[in-house]
Amino acid sequence: MLFKLSLSNIRKSLRDYAIYFFTLIIGVSVFYVFNAVSGQVAMTVIDTDGREIARILQIGISAMSVFVAGVLGFLIVYASRFLMKRRNREFALYLMLGMGKGKISAILLLETVIIGLGSLGVGLLLGIGLSQIMSALVVSLFEADMTRYSFMVSGDAIGKTVICFAIMYLFIMIFNSIIISRFKLIDLMQSGKKSEQIKLKDPWLCIIIFLIAAAALGYAYYQVGWNYGEVTGKTMALYITMGAVSTFLIFWSASGMLLRVMMSMKNVYYRSLNAFTFRQISSKVNTMVFSMTVICLMLFVTICALTASFSMRNSMNANLEDLCPADFELSADLNEPVEGLDIVSECKDNGLDIMAYAGEYERFYTYGDADFSLEDFCGDAAERVKAEFIFLDYYTSEQLIGLDEYNALMKLYGKETLSMNDDEYILLCDYKSMRAIRDSVLKADGNITVYGHTLHSKYDECQDGFISISAQHINAGIFVVPDSVLEGQAPSGDHIIGNYKAADKAGKKETEQVLRREYDTITRDLSGLSVHKTGGYFGLSTKIAIKNDAVGLGAIATFMGLYIGLVFLIACGAILALKELSESVDSIGRYEMLRKIGADESDISRSLFRQTGIFFLLPLILACVHSVFGMKFAAYFLEVFGTEKMTESIAATSIILLLIYGGYFLITYYCSKGIIKERK
Amino acid sequence: MELLKIQNIEKYYGSKSSLTKAIDDISFSVEQGEFTAIMGASGSGKTTLLNCISTIDRVTAGHIYLESTDITALKGKELNKFRRDKLGFIFQDFNLLDTLTAYENISLALSIQKRSASDIDKAVKVVAEQLGITEVLQKYPYQMSGGQKQRVASARAIVTEPKLVLADEPTGALDSKSAKMLLERFYFLNHEHNATIMMVTHDSFTASYASRVIFIKDGKIFNEIRKGPGSRKQFFDKIIDVVTLLGGDVSDAL
Repeated sequence: MLFKLSLSNIRKSLRDYAIYFFTLIIGVSVFYVFNAVSGQVAMTVIDTDGREIARILQIGISAMSVFVAGVLGFLIVYASRFLMKRRNREFALYLMLGMGKGKISAILLLETVIIGLGSLGVGLLLGIGLSQIMSALVVSLFEADMTRYSFMVSGDAIGKTVICFAIMYLFIMIFNSIIISRFKLIDLMQSGKKSEQIKLKDPWLCIIIFLIAAAALGYAYYQVGWNYGEVTGKTMALYITMGAVSTFLIFWSASGMLLRVMMSMKNVYYRSLNAFTFRQISSKVNTMVFSMTVICLMLFVTICALTASFSMRNSMNANLEDLCPADFELSADLNEPVEGLDIVSECKDNGLDIMAYAGEYERFYTYGDADFSLEDFCGDAAERVKAEFIFLDYYTSEQLIGLDEYNALMKLYGKETLSMNDDEYILLCDYKSMRAIRDSVLKADGNITVYGHTLHSKYDECQDGFISISAQHINAGIFVVPDSVLEGQAPSGDHIIGNYKAADKAGKKETEQVLRREYDTITRDLSGLSVHKTGGYFGLSTKIAIKNDAVGLGAIATFMGLYIGLVFLIACGAILALKELSESVDSIGRYEMLRKIGADESDISRSLFRQTGIFFLLPLILACVHSVFGMKFAAYFLEVFGTEKMTESIAATSIILLLIYGGYFLITYYCSKGIIKERK
Repeated sequence: MELLKIQNIEKYYGSKSSLTKAIDDISFSVEQGEFTAIMGASGSGKTTLLNCISTIDRVTAGHIYLESTDITALKGKELNKFRRDKLGFIFQDFNLLDTLTAYENISLALSIQKRSASDIDKAVKVVAEQLGITEVLQKYPYQMSGGQKQRVASARAIVTEPKLVLADEPTGALDSKSAKMLLERFYFLNHEHNATIMMVTHDSFTASYASRVIFIKDGKIFNEIRKGPGSRKQFFDKIIDVVTLLGGDVSDAL
């Protein structure tokens, strides 16, 4: 009997349930997709060399899925509360007929079970389909190998999803039982009739609060956008809190102020259905200032997470092309000069014959003058710089390279060569914060003394450039000096940079594996090498390894960003849609009345469109403003990875935002229109 | 001058096997400036009749003419325009928008006619004066009494100066004092401003304010009486007589 009642309830209020069911399905499938894709990415997509990264990714994903489960849980509780409110009259009828509260709880329990099982089933099926699309997206984003990608259903992810949602449904059941035990019959019966109390806020109070909130926001914006050098963890928390509170206050005051402004513009306010439209919007915003704030902040996080992760991925892919123009680099950078340093033969003696694999290559020495360190470079400015940047190493010798050797290397890289006079030098540096320090010194006094020669800088600022291959702009400073200066000095660094003999991808991969194996035998016992005596750096870096690492890092960033961004976006859209749809159901009577007094259908549609539009736009606008400054701050940290591709990232984010958020808006609008449609 | 002409209208509900005739061949006409009450028991078809005249419902057969326009032939946008420009509605449960003030509720009827803001202001103030609601104009429906709400609703109905004001049980939700006040306003509007009012009611006292009462039973016109030169009290007694004649099923609705 109860079962029959539950089932017929669901069938009867299918429209209400559809929204709820839809939210649940989205929740289930999103949860499954990301758990499954994380598994798939880790297992099949990223190359064997990237496995460590894949493991980090998976740990990150599971940590995040707990967080996302929280967000989804909140969303589902919100949706179920919406559904409960819709059905107050029905519960009142049951109570009037003498049904006990326990029985009603039992009905709801059954309904939740039916809905829960249904949504889990459908959600998982949808999730399995979506995860295939998502995997393909991930593969293309990470530029990984497509051949290893195959169709997979992740049992692990299914298990996780089922357990997670079973817990959530359990919570909802408990939550509903509590609500039912608190029911008062009189409230239930009157719930439909109670008309809203409208309180107009004091306009002056609104203006004052708005100004205070705007000022606080401006201050926080300035601090994170321009004064970011001084932002610490503690002050950051303060600015975030300030931003959140200001957001709340702005929505609070704007809801009061906007209506006042519109009301004072009599020609606009008393045109067509405008008075009705503005009142509707104002009452909506009034009743959900808090939700609006949460939505706005979530959108803000979404925009920043998406943009930052796209930017990181884009820059990395671009950087790789630019900063890693050769296949391998074997180099030693020792703490002391060594006469006749030759790592190639040292390595050959220890079991690594680099020459066997090298196609075209370049060998060169780098030098270090014990009397020329960063402190010496800074000269008179040393005290000032030291006070400002205490964390730098001021005493290691600066790296020097001869002009001819540098130019030969640049020919190999296919980059521009340099030229200068015999009493000049050129400083290369592409690490931005270091470059700022060096530039300030160069501008003040660019003269240096190396091995007894006094040189002055050809340019009054650092030039872009590097000698070691890498994935990022991390060259903190290399001095290109005339070869005559270095004549007769012992080198402290020996480098061989070049391409493999093998030209095709498979051949290079094979070479890489053999080379890695040989290199591993050397690193097990370094006693035969100069680096063992002097200390310093010795190592092999290869394009393939750098790429894998970079892809791994980019993968984590993009994946996390996408994950957070999408989940938040879906949650925002769902909350707004639910609220708007429930409002529409509550307003059916109002629209019927408008029709009775002869309002045109097109006017009513326009009013609804505006209401929905403004409702969706308000949090988005503020979130966009937040994001402008948030991204300015994020760009500061993303500098290492390069921020050249910011425009593309913003474009990609906008498209995603437009598709999902805009999609929610359109669906909401058309569903609302269906709800308020005239019943014949 | 003949304003409204109802010609052999019929309204059926249900399927062929179980047909309900809510209106079974009704014809009458209403003159310009007449205050007509339609009386009948619950289920007699009086509200259906009003709904058909107000174009909220459609007739199954027959024609309704307002100023020689056949309103049963109107469709879509024409219908809305007709309702907006020619009709004023007053409902039993007021049907005010709870989010708008009294002023805004009244102005809405004008603003959907695309009138200018200054026109609207003037018209609202005049009609508020006539109905004695000037002091509640800035209040919201939940701050008003039932009588005030109904007068606001009436103001909204007549502010557009419609050809015909339709009222469905306007005193149904009011106490007798508020009801009397409202009806006196209707009488005033009818006499001083020559408004044509058609009102559905089952209450003889309410009907006695009209100049003409049409009785409906089982979807047909049962009787019709006019006030003539006598007092309202005399008219009331006449109505009671007809109601008694109508039989038991209406007496319990008195």
